[in-house]
Amino acid sequence: MADLPLAMLAELTHRCPLACPYCSNPLELSAKEAELSTEDWVRIFGQAADLGVLQLHLSGGEPASRRDLLDLVIAAREAGLYTNLITSGIGLTPKRLEALDEAGLDHIQLSVQGVTARMADHIGGYKGGFDRKMHVADHIARIGFPLTLNAVMHRQNLEDLPATLEMAVRLGARRIEVACVQFQGWALRNRSALQPTRDQVDQAKEVIRDAISTYRGQLVIDFVPPDYYSDFPKACMGGWGSTGLNVTPDGTVLPCHAAETIPGLVFENAKDKPLAEVWHDSPSFNAFRGTDWMPELCRTCDRRDVDFGGCRCQAMAILGDATATDPVCRKSPGRPLLDGLLAEETLPEVAPDLVYRRI
Amino acid sequence: MTPASIPALPRGVRTHFDRVRGLPVLLGPERVLMLDQIGRAVLAELDGVSNVRAISERLADKYEAPVAEIEGDVLEYLQDLAEKRLVDARDG
Repeated sequence: MADLPLAMLAELTHRCPLACPYCSNPLELSAKEAELSTEDWVRIFGQAADLGVLQLHLSGGEPASRRDLLDLVIAAREAGLYTNLITSGIGLTPKRLEALDEAGLDHIQLSVQGVTARMADHIGGYKGGFDRKMHVADHIARIGFPLTLNAVMHRQNLEDLPATLEMAVRLGARRIEVACVQFQGWALRNRSALQPTRDQVDQAKEVIRDAISTYRGQLVIDFVPPDYYSDFPKACMGGWGSTGLNVTPDGTVLPCHAAETIPGLVFENAKDKPLAEVWHDSPSFNAFRGTDWMPELCRTCDRRDVDFGGCRCQAMAILGDATATDPVCRKSPGRPLLDGLLAEETLPEVAPDLVYRRI
Repeated sequence: MTPASIPALPRGVRTHFDRVRGLPVLLGPERVLMLDQIGRAVLAELDGVSNVRAISERLADKYEAPVAEIEGDVLEYLQDLAEKRLVDARDG
């Protein structure tokens, strides 16, 4: 019997006013017509709570692009879920924020693309976006929502890390996720424009080390390092099909947001099957559960239960084999290939233009 | 965190009974902490008025243990949660 999921990521829509070149949404985006109805989501939230999910992350695209966002938050709270809104802020008027407050929204995670309008609007591909976001942040603080900033960092903005931490404090955030771009989805397409250099990474780690002690008790700092520079892979999803699941705008149920990049896996839809059945019985959820699927290298490794062989989607993206050891691992035969990509793509030349995410 | 501090759960952090697993938990931003008996007992005493000393005295009374010992455990537990920003403390 599998563990039960603690968290569900509900991608309410792929629509978004921003066009970030590292968007975690798939390259093939869902159209509005394919999106689940309010009733579908309400049913799914109830099924998630019955299955053991405690935390619901309402995400997108931009979840505020859904006109029924308020109804969905009300339903999520009625289902007993801790409800977190992951947003760029665009589309959240003061009136809407006050209604969400009334509805019991537990927490807001606000994305930031940069600490200046110039950088943020360049990365988000949306002129005026930064000013609007700052305006929304003021209202979030006024209402008193608990706030986490999610700052995605990469080659073009990693020097702004100290200013990003200062911004989190200034906006009243209790927590910041400093997330170096993970190369899935659109980010993979923009890898050479976004991959930080080794010097940048070393410097960022130093800044983070200092900041953790400087801001202790004031700001919780969660740092997601750029994993190509790591010696061991990230424990993706805490192990496939073990702690979380993801529902896409059209109702497809995934073990992680990038799982659709793995050919041969067939995914079920929450419109057709109860979530519990998908979680326990779906061949896609069972594909990489436990240790039986692992290559010998991982199965006999003492880190087997630490990183679970790393990220399946990364093994697929780099090595073309989802059952291989994540090539980030120093022990992986695929590591030289990854090192080659790193060396080639971080040459001190002008980075290539960004390819923006568009529907 | 000192014996005079007044601890409280900030907005966005709440205790919850996980009916599926049959466990009390503390929920916060991106956090689920399973609560053991001690955690549950301490958090149940947080009323936004009592300071750590008063909370420790009540628990010492309830569990028939020395206040000094209880207070050390309570301080350590709440300090850890405060560093995760799951508990706020104001000076009493």
